Amino acid sequence: MSNLTNASPLIECSGLGRDYIMGNNTIHALCEVDTQIHHGELVAIMGPSGSGKSTFMNMVGVLDTPTYGSLKFEGEEISTLNDDAHAALRNASIGFVFQQFMLMARTSAVDNVRLPLMYAGVDRKQQNELAMQALDRVGLADRSDHTPAQLSGGQQQRVAIARALVNHPRMLLADEPTGALDSVTSEEIMALFKHLNDEGMTVVLVTHEEDIAAHAKRVLRFRDGYLVSDSSQAQAA
Amino acid sequence: MKKSLTSTLTGSFSIAIQSLKSSPVRSALTMLGIIIGIAAAIVSVSIAQGGGQQLQQQIENFGTHKLYVWPNSNRRGGRSQGMGTARPLTERELEAIAEIDGVEAVSGRVQSGVTVVSGENNWATQVQGVDQNFRFIENIELAEGRDFSVRESESGAKVAIIGQTVANELFGTDNPIGQRLRVSRTPAEVIGLLEERGATNWGQDQDDVIWMPRTLVASRISRGASNLANSVGSLAIKIWDDQDVLVAQAEIEYQLRLLRDIQPGAEDDFRVFNFAEFIRARNETELLLGFLLAAFSATSLVVGGIGIMNIMLVSVTERTREIGLRRAVGARKSDVLIQFLVEAIMLGLLGGIIGMLLGVGATYFAAQLGDFPVMISPWTLVGAVVIAIFIALFFGYYPARRAAKLDPIEALRFE
Repeated sequence: MSNLTNASPLIECSGLGRDYIMGNNTIHALCEVDTQIHHGELVAIMGPSGSGKSTFMNMVGVLDTPTYGSLKFEGEEISTLNDDAHAALRNASIGFVFQQFMLMARTSAVDNVRLPLMYAGVDRKQQNELAMQALDRVGLADRSDHTPAQLSGGQQQRVAIARALVNHPRMLLADEPTGALDSVTSEEIMALFKHLNDEGMTVVLVTHEEDIAAHAKRVLRFRDGYLVSDSSQAQAA
Repeated sequence: MKKSLTSTLTGSFSIAIQSLKSSPVRSALTMLGIIIGIAAAIVSVSIAQGGGQQLQQQIENFGTHKLYVWPNSNRRGGRSQGMGTARPLTERELEAIAEIDGVEAVSGRVQSGVTVVSGENNWATQVQGVDQNFRFIENIELAEGRDFSVRESESGAKVAIIGQTVANELFGTDNPIGQRLRVSRTPAEVIGLLEERGATNWGQDQDDVIWMPRTLVASRISRGASNLANSVGSLAIKIWDDQDVLVAQAEIEYQLRLLRDIQPGAEDDFRVFNFAEFIRARNETELLLGFLLAAFSATSLVVGGIGIMNIMLVSVTERTREIGLRRAVGARKSDVLIQFLVEAIMLGLLGGIIGMLLGVGATYFAAQLGDFPVMISPWTLVGAVVIAIFIALFFGYYPARRAAKLDPIEALRFE
């Protein structure tokens, strides 16, 4: 099936599934998902809670491994890799943005941003340079020495985005990134994601808000563990 | 993609330092048990070593190649017949012992409590009737004057060698040599002054003494005062330095049993003291104290280690989301494990150093307060810090492993 003339998709799932065993019950959190995410896309993942969207995001973020099926990252099968290889892949290729920002308290913005670099074996001087560049990209270079408590919610999420960007990943993976923000700030953050996407960054957004999903060029909808609709295929059809 | 171990470790160090600095109170509480344990360990080891060093010093001062023989009470059928039944040692026995191969010198010693008078001053002290070579056996120097001559010793001349305390009490700052004194009505001339020896560690003033020829003391001063009159009293024996003391002791015991006609199987009616053992017995209490303190500090260290484990477990729970975040941005399980182990090591190192300083302070304070010898060796200090790190590492491993095993997804969702 693979077309060798095209570059491999960033993410390629085929027959992907994830079961959880809870006592005597098996929960089918994700069932038979076949889809691809390509470089440069801005994809929204939607669905009610329990729909499987979080499980799908964890798969794409290489935080979880599938029970069955295939998961390829830039053409390489990753479901069979060991834990350390997954950590290395997350470190080098994926930038996470969380609803609750997940910044370390009492730690300056620049120190928060350079966290992934500490695990990349980058020397201290370069860590600071790269962290400052990332903060500059999100417009917070002048707040580098501020701790999270000294920053607004929107600014904190920008610091978190800078942290996600600092390793120059292949993809940003944002889990409800505006969930803790007011609507004006949410729009600013979405504008930042769109700007980064315009620069070529692949962005995957998990959200349950239609307003936010509307910014995306493509929407994947999940229900009861199944991928039930894909706007790109709907348009194609 | 592979990272070198050194870059992982230097990274872990900066991560751990950052983490410890961000919660100083928690870090301090975590270290408290280790601090107390290490301080107690240093105090106990220093006291034990001080006691041991003092014991060594005493053995060296008194000499290991010395034996004392005392007449003992008779025993019949396992019952002590009382002090009055002691059979005195005799001149013949003294001479026989002097002939034994390993024996370098023997002196008898008759003791008696006396009042010494000089002019208007008088002083209650102890007179020791000794032979001419007694000073050599006891290895005591003369501060001034001279020894008894052999003739004086044998004829029981009315001469005396006095200790510093007696000299001070009777003559003040005057030179005692050539002065006259009376020992229980017997007049004598002071011919020598013993060097100052101070008190024993059980508080006896060794300078409060008068030496006179044994024959004089036995015949004129202690006569009738005890059943040791007209005898040699006890014996002080010097063994040659290149001879085995215990072999010589066995030979002396054998000879005495023969001379005193003690049947095989019967108990000795004399006792031979080996001085090293004698001092050792004196110091047993101090060593016991050292052991008790060591047990206490070991307990404190284990409690301190459990404290580290306890607070690190709380810390792991508290920082679950942070651990999830670290895993999400690329920390491997081993990175998290090493981070927490490095934190534990730093807590151990810092706690060990603070405990060490506290322990040194407490040791000097205790030494001042209790007036006993202490010895703080550099190895104690190095050992203390190494033990602190080891304990922190040992007890920090379980929490660190728990942190490393956290599932990143669960950890990120943790509230």
